[in-house]
Amino acid sequence: MQFDSMTEFFAMGGHGFYVWLAYGLSSAIILLNILLPVIRRRRLIKEQAQRLRRERKSQEREDAPSA
Amino acid sequence: MWDWIVRLYHRLGSPKWFYEITGKWIPWLVGLSAIAGVVGLVWGLAYAPADYQQGNSFRIIYIHVPAAILAQSAYMMMAVAGAVFLIWRMKMAAWVAKTIAPIGASFCLIALLTGAIWGKPTWGTWWVWDARLTSMLLLLFLYFGVMAIQQAMESEDSGHKAASILALVGLVNIPIIKYSVEWWNTLHQPATLKLTEKPSMATEMLIPLLIMIVATYAFFALLVILRTRNEILLHERKRKWVKQILES
Repeated sequence: MQFDSMTEFFAMGGHGFYVWLAYGLSSAIILLNILLPVIRRRRLIKEQAQRLRRERKSQEREDAPSA
Repeated sequence: MWDWIVRLYHRLGSPKWFYEITGKWIPWLVGLSAIAGVVGLVWGLAYAPADYQQGNSFRIIYIHVPAAILAQSAYMMMAVAGAVFLIWRMKMAAWVAKTIAPIGASFCLIALLTGAIWGKPTWGTWWVWDARLTSMLLLLFLYFGVMAIQQAMESEDSGHKAASILALVGLVNIPIIKYSVEWWNTLHQPATLKLTEKPSMATEMLIPLLIMIVATYAFFALLVILRTRNEILLHERKRKWVKQILES
């Protein structure tokens, strides 16, 4: 360990602002890159499953003998 | 060997095969990028020695250099995928090229932002219009251009074509970025890592950097796979095997 205490670690020898700003912004961009495809996958599956159910229903209605 | 490559190529062209095999890879890639990322970060931020000139601001290197390397190799992969699409009309290649663009742009942005932040305490300025920084900014605009041209075209297919051509043309920028620190007088320091030479960095600083590079590549592979699988689900939604996934 290069630092004697947590306070020193966060201070980064006076460069704390730069180091943590760099890592903070990068983390935000990385987090966004994880969330976007995961959210899109959920939405895609939900939409396509709904479409499939709708199609199945109208198909059944067509197949049913009309009274 | 050649047969094996041809077989792999044909398999990669199959969305179903890609979807199934990458489903098995995802947990391993999550594990590798998370473990390597945590180890590399803790090592780099807390255990690596401070730089004798720059002090602790040099610790930005552990995100800056991996992001910058990845932004460039991702661009090359995107251009190769684009070429495969143009030559052999492989739709999987077009989807991979499309998914790389926003991811590569993200890493390019990380490299630019962390570089600017690192520049302030080191050079006394956030930004200079020197060769390395300008060519890196051009890389970001090339990524944006590829993304925009894809959307701008009338049909999806011509969007892929135009994006692939732009990606290939933009390849000239890659050697410019690489040699910018040698061809021009720049503020930017020369390459930290060279394949042909012994690294100029102390071993205890270098190992966490290499670990972070491994983490970044694994994470990139993961992101490309996640986005490509979404493209597959969307475009192959009429296929039986996708319907089975949707109904489960």
